[in-house]
Amino acid sequence: MDKSWNNKAWFLVLPVLLLVAFSAVIPLMTVVNYSVQDTFGNNQFFWAGTDWFSDVLSSARFHDALLRNLAFSAIILLIEVPLGIFIALNMPRKGLGVPFCLVFMSLPLLIPWNVVGTIWQVFGRVDIGLLGYTLNSIGIDYNYVSDPFDAWVTVIIMDVWHWTSLVVLLCYAGLVSIPDAYYQAAKIDGASRWSVFRFIQLPKMNRVLLIAVLLRFMDSFMIYTEPFVVTGGGPGNATTFLSIDLVKTAIGQFDVGPAAAMSLIYFLIILLLSWVFYTVMITNDAKG
Amino acid sequence: MARIDLDHIRHAYMANPSREEDYALREVHHSWEDGGAYALLGPSGCGKTTLLNIISGLLTPSEGKILFDGKDVTGLQPEERNIAQVFQFPVVYDTMTVADNLAFPLRNRGMAEAEVQSRVAEVLEMIDLVDIAHRKARGLTADLKQKISLGRGLVRADVNAILFDEPLTVIDPHMKWQLRSQLKLLHRRFGHTMVYVTHDQTEALTFADKVVVMYGGEIVQIGTPQELFERPSHTFVGYFIGSPGMNVLPVALDGARAQLGQHSIALPGAASLGDGKRTELGIRPEFVQLGTEGMPVSIRAIEDIGRQKIVRAMIEGNELAIVLNEDASVPADPHVTFDPAGINVYADDWRVKLGG
Repeated sequence: MDKSWNNKAWFLVLPVLLLVAFSAVIPLMTVVNYSVQDTFGNNQFFWAGTDWFSDVLSSARFHDALLRNLAFSAIILLIEVPLGIFIALNMPRKGLGVPFCLVFMSLPLLIPWNVVGTIWQVFGRVDIGLLGYTLNSIGIDYNYVSDPFDAWVTVIIMDVWHWTSLVVLLCYAGLVSIPDAYYQAAKIDGASRWSVFRFIQLPKMNRVLLIAVLLRFMDSFMIYTEPFVVTGGGPGNATTFLSIDLVKTAIGQFDVGPAAAMSLIYFLIILLLSWVFYTVMITNDAKG
Repeated sequence: MARIDLDHIRHAYMANPSREEDYALREVHHSWEDGGAYALLGPSGCGKTTLLNIISGLLTPSEGKILFDGKDVTGLQPEERNIAQVFQFPVVYDTMTVADNLAFPLRNRGMAEAEVQSRVAEVLEMIDLVDIAHRKARGLTADLKQKISLGRGLVRADVNAILFDEPLTVIDPHMKWQLRSQLKLLHRRFGHTMVYVTHDQTEALTFADKVVVMYGGEIVQIGTPQELFERPSHTFVGYFIGSPGMNVLPVALDGARAQLGQHSIALPGAASLGDGKRTELGIRPEFVQLGTEGMPVSIRAIEDIGRQKIVRAMIEGNELAIVLNEDASVPADPHVTFDPAGINVYADDWRVKLGG
């Protein structure tokens, strides 16, 4: 069949292309540009090749920050996913409780990152914060400014408080899509509560759980605002995650070359790990 | 296997039913014989599924008791009642293989693994799923999934009853027939008490020994397919069973005769009734004879349905359907007579026994 070719439709895509070019592609290319050059100011640049990349990859500071990130994301996922599933399982399916629970669950998600940070920064303070003061007055030695462990606990609890709702809401959406007949059949078949979870609810939540895990992984791996506001990366470097380190390098020390190389490596790590998560979960899904 | 007694069961989905209309199930008082194959037949929303769920224990009736072999099970959970139920839409455990799906109800009850395997193998054979026994249930067609659901219903040999809730809705027509005859076969072989909910009269009549017709939350008749056809005890049964349904004509009764407009029709017996009731005469299209004698009718349409013709006629301002053989001809001056053997008389929709 003869088709008349008319490529004018491409013009319709043009605005989007321009927008993406200016918002993503061009900034990314400047980063690539910086990452292979050195500068001593005055807008003079020298070719540096892959020096910055090898510097960053071999620096202990980068390794430490990367390990902290991995540990943080692992802890976050291990707490938020099971907790989210547990809460979703116990939320009401009908009645007045539903809108109440949904609104209640959404509340933390509506609060901006830096506000969450500020809330916990104040909440945990030893001198005036409700949490910090109370803990200390009942004899628990808690101080996120001086104790690395306390700083970690604070940042983790803050993230759990802020983001578990997301997992809950996604799981809940998966759960309510299960027809009643499944539960009825399970009753007839004499299935235990655990079997119902294992063979009905979990398989039906599979898809949304994949999304939840991916979102929570990417977000927690990129965490910046909250620890920056609460601990500023300290005490020492205890809560200096990659993103915080990156900003210190780029803006604090104005080493744009290493910072650019670092951000590209950071980006590739997130991409790689997300791909791994996705592939593993999809393969499991296909295997059942 | 068990005999099931429904003792004055009523059910309402609301908390405080006050009026008769509040009840989804008005009053069911009936016994189901051990080993019987029953079909619950009725239009959507007549209470069939409610009744089924009450038997299986998914619902607890608002009023009344349910007994298995004389033992009160009203307060028992479904798993304690030892019942199998197959639902309208396929329920399979996606992450299990077909064989594990069938084994699930057995393993949940702690049956020895060797016994589980032999039972499962037997059922796989019955429902013809041996080829895919070790495939995951996920991604199978609706047909196959529903077969798995049926298989899970049949896998336990010792169940008190097997309940089917319109199980063939999602199945292709040619498979429907095959599965239905398989169920019938299984019933003959193992003698389980089976209750089969459907709104399809063909399905009900071919599956069941006894058909239970429900209408508006009540059982209006329980009988063999033949009884339902020849002696519908409620005008609804007359309409619902048979295609086309029974003709119901308003008449005035006078002893052993019925007066339809200016025509007088002989009844097989005399009806004795109180006054003030709405009286009707029911006659199936198969018992109306079209000829040149009797009551004059006007013909509106003739439908050819293959081996038979359906004549749509008017008599005294009422519609009348007549079934003719395909080679019978319609006379130019059509009249009808009613075969007395096919005449039933109704007062306020319920059948009246005619005396000698």
